Amino acid sequence: MPSEREIRRRIRSVRNIQQVTKAMQTVAASRMRRAQQAVLASRPYEERLRAILNELAPNADPELHPLLARREVKRAAIILVTTDRGLVGALNTNVIRAAIRHSEALPASAFVAVGRKAIGQLRRFRQPTTAEFSGFSERPTTGDTSIVARVAIEEFVARRVDEVYVTYTRFINTLRQVPTVRRILPLAPEDSAGRSAGGSPPATLQYIFEPDPESVLEAVLPRLIELTVYQAALDNAASEQSARMVSMRNATDNAAELIQDYTLAANKARQGRITKEMLEIASGAEALAK
Amino acid sequence: MPLHLEVITPERQVYEDDVDMVIAPGSEGYLGILPHHAPLFTTLGPGEFRVKKGGVEQALAVFGGFMDVRADRVVVLTEAAEHAEEIDSGRAQEARDSARRALAAGPASAAEEARARAALQRALIRLRVSEARRRRR
Repeated sequence: MPSEREIRRRIRSVRNIQQVTKAMQTVAASRMRRAQQAVLASRPYEERLRAILNELAPNADPELHPLLARREVKRAAIILVTTDRGLVGALNTNVIRAAIRHSEALPASAFVAVGRKAIGQLRRFRQPTTAEFSGFSERPTTGDTSIVARVAIEEFVARRVDEVYVTYTRFINTLRQVPTVRRILPLAPEDSAGRSAGGSPPATLQYIFEPDPESVLEAVLPRLIELTVYQAALDNAASEQSARMVSMRNATDNAAELIQDYTLAANKARQGRITKEMLEIASGAEALAK
Repeated sequence: MPLHLEVITPERQVYEDDVDMVIAPGSEGYLGILPHHAPLFTTLGPGEFRVKKGGVEQALAVFGGFMDVRADRVVVLTEAAEHAEEIDSGRAQEARDSARRALAAGPASAAEEARARAALQRALIRLRVSEARRRRR
């Protein structure tokens, strides 16, 4: 049994840790609100653009644009999006595991690492990377992510890879973030399987394209790729702050529990000491009385 | 029949309302959209995007993107859009002047020249949009 003083010392150190985790929790909570708003605000844009692609696709010939080209998959690229900083629970471990498992199912693959944790872990697992990016995991901008997207597009168009995936942690809500693998290249209308199963193509509107269908596709398709990567980065940022907030809250709660247990132990030790002293005094007095 | 207009950027929804008419900076020139327009899909150039509703005209600066037109609705997806009220005309003037200076000084590389030209164009659009607003007051 540790001495009373030892226990008091531990209480002090746990209380200090609690103050730190409490502060980190507060910071993460306010960043979390901002990141969650950002990801929710960006979803309509992506949904619209994807809906437009789905409408354009029946009018578009897959041969028309290199980003629509399906090829036999010999080699794929995986964009792995993680956080830059830690203390986010199992967030990065889960997404990295999902990415590596996905890469094992492919004939050959190379990673594009986004975030310091991805860079470090891929090196540790000796996985080849084509490019590495970091420094914007908490607050991604379209400028940051379009560079990542451009690397993916270049690799695909140059036929160095035949498919491109993005793996990231999708934000569902504060308590739930899901590792997600999504194919971004070649681009395909999301529900092409469901549509062709129906037999009859949907009644496509007679669209007027300006300047012309080719230039419209030329403008829309790269934009959609960039946006998917941006969306992944935003999701990841919201997940990061949420996971950090939750794990710091758990740490603060655990510290409170520890303090309670230690306080009890300290009080017991104090009481034991007093009882012992009383006994000594009493027996001393008794000895004198004799 | 009103025309339902939405202007969306990756960061936020800039505008959503039922309007009477839209004048958009298409990549092939300005185009006016009234209700019952034929389905149209066009790329947008940077420019002044005007919205008419009940005799009041509002202007936005848009910088590239797409417009999807149907009989009763218009969806604008753009990289960036700003309401006239949001534009800081002082800053835009500064940007215009520094871009002009950079171009006059002879840019060091083609990339730099392109950047200066793009900055100049953005500044000019912002100024036009914010001045148009002041005139109408």
